Amino acid sequence: MSSVIDVRDLRTHIVTRWGTIKAVDGVSFALGEAETLGLVGESGSGKSMTCLSLVRLVPRPAARIVGGEVRLDGEDLLAKSDAEMQQIRGRKVAMILQDPMSSLNPVFSIGMQMREPLAMYHRLRGAAVTARAAELLAAVRIPSPETRLRAFPHQLSGGMRQRVVGAMAIAGPPRLLIADEPTTSLDLTIQAQYLGLLKELQQRHRFAMIFVTHNLGIVARTCDRVAVMYAGRIVEIGPVRRIFTEPAHPYTRALLESIPRFGARRERLAAIAGQPPDLASLGAGCAFAPRCPAAFERCATAPSETAIAPGHATRCWLHARA
Amino acid sequence: MLGRESNGALLAVENLTKHFVVRRGALGWSTGVVRAVDAVSFDIPAGSTLGLVGESGCGKTTTSKLILALETPTAGSIRFEGREVSALDREGRRAYRRAVQAVFQDPYASLDPRMRVGAVIAEPLVINADLDAAGRRRRVAELLDVVGLPERAATLYPHEFSGGQRQRIAIARALALSPRLVVLDEPVSALDVSIRAQILNLLVELQQRLGVSYLFIAHDLAAVAHMSRTIAVMYLGKIVEIGDADAIALEPKHPYTKALFAAALPIDLDRPREEITLSGEVPSPLAPPTGCRFHPRCPFAMPHCATEEPALRPESGRLVACHLY
Repeated sequence: MSSVIDVRDLRTHIVTRWGTIKAVDGVSFALGEAETLGLVGESGSGKSMTCLSLVRLVPRPAARIVGGEVRLDGEDLLAKSDAEMQQIRGRKVAMILQDPMSSLNPVFSIGMQMREPLAMYHRLRGAAVTARAAELLAAVRIPSPETRLRAFPHQLSGGMRQRVVGAMAIAGPPRLLIADEPTTSLDLTIQAQYLGLLKELQQRHRFAMIFVTHNLGIVARTCDRVAVMYAGRIVEIGPVRRIFTEPAHPYTRALLESIPRFGARRERLAAIAGQPPDLASLGAGCAFAPRCPAAFERCATAPSETAIAPGHATRCWLHARA
Repeated sequence: MLGRESNGALLAVENLTKHFVVRRGALGWSTGVVRAVDAVSFDIPAGSTLGLVGESGCGKTTTSKLILALETPTAGSIRFEGREVSALDREGRRAYRRAVQAVFQDPYASLDPRMRVGAVIAEPLVINADLDAAGRRRRVAELLDVVGLPERAATLYPHEFSGGQRQRIAIARALALSPRLVVLDEPVSALDVSIRAQILNLLVELQQRLGVSYLFIAHDLAAVAHMSRTIAVMYLGKIVEIGDADAIALEPKHPYTKALFAAALPIDLDRPREEITLSGEVPSPLAPPTGCRFHPRCPFAMPHCATEEPALRPESGRLVACHLY
């Protein structure tokens, strides 16, 4: 299967007063059609920065993509001009962010906001634009779409707003959908609805999806594969089932054990000691070593990626071949 | 254990009701009533935890405000150590406010950035405890030790701490007056995943050590199930299911509880839980549906669900308000 998106050794650095932060430090993964990758990690682990790097929307000038390749259907996005990139962002790669209000303009009606990209990227005019906008709203199950086109964002509930963002995202239809915590701001039962909707849209349009979340329950339900990020690196990547049943990296294992689960009543949760790392003062070794119960001498140097099963790889000296 | 056995409970809430009158326009005429909390009853025994779950607008925060005496109930009673809270005199109310404390979701918002941590923790002591400056300093050091922070933390400012450490400071402040009940409103939601377990463990440890009771409000159901002995599930101001935490987490009965718990991380990927995805959104509390408030979204709704409101009735060791049982 050829990949829709193929990321190799992606590196994004942020220059700050305290030094250069390697926000994305050699990230590689590939995703095929209709496949979903869950990107898991704590705040500051580089999940969102990875996503922004894929579409070249890192906050400039402080942040800069300094190396690697991002191939969408074989074409290197890092080599595109800004104008070409804008076309790609409008049609081939779509994003859904955590807060729908950050994607919607409060002073324009839903219809106005939906018509703009349709006119720009799909060269639709007149009644055809409105018809297509209504069709897209209907596709994300918004009742009475024609009426909703005249509504303003504040007149819709959080779940409805996120559906509108979803409708705009599938206009392309995209080859890749990046969903950055798309359900975190929604209520639990609405979350379940929205996840169902995303899966349904993916089945129909067969886009690859990168799903950023810190909720492992959502990963278990919606993703095919998981990449666990820590301090700018993917420390483990593999099929969901394997990651959940046979996690290889101590961080993945600790993360899974620290989460309360139903039916497994324990007095204490297995907490991860210490604090998430300060990216400005990382040493040369494995970033998790200071918090790792299994750390030993070799952890003073950074481990490279080792494949431990088909599609399952980790960066940990415990699994490195001698 | 059911939620209604009131003998020996530290806090006994009965038929607690709070209605907010909605006023609109220049003349402020009433245009409706929001039944934010509608005849809610539960007990919290000493040294025990009640978990309160539900979506935004279900009334869990209003319930906690009523218990914290930040709002006055429209009807119903709150009994604390056997005494009716609304009937307390001035001195009694002061004592009640000392005995019931709170920890909120966002430790970046709940700590004054201009106060040193020592002053933050000592503030309740200044007002409520008969201690001199040296006595307060000793108590602050003791509290910092209890929540696992070094003594020198007292001289630093909140911004010098991480989210998890700030939440420890907020917990230390809540414990300053040796409360009997602490309301924990989403205490770990704002924290990083790897830090949450540390704080949950600390809370359990403190409960075992100090015998304090918790009202634990959260939307992370697995965390609620882990922390609580009893769980109450609220929907549009009503409790729809209440009972033993393990029983509810493993075998939810009310269709709404089932839908809530379907979204949580399964124990075993090969034995997926019963999946219920609800259609529609939570109706406006200004105009709640007739009959069972959940019926428009319920996949099992029957004709009489739209007309008859189900009462909380015993079912498999807990109370459920549903016509299915």
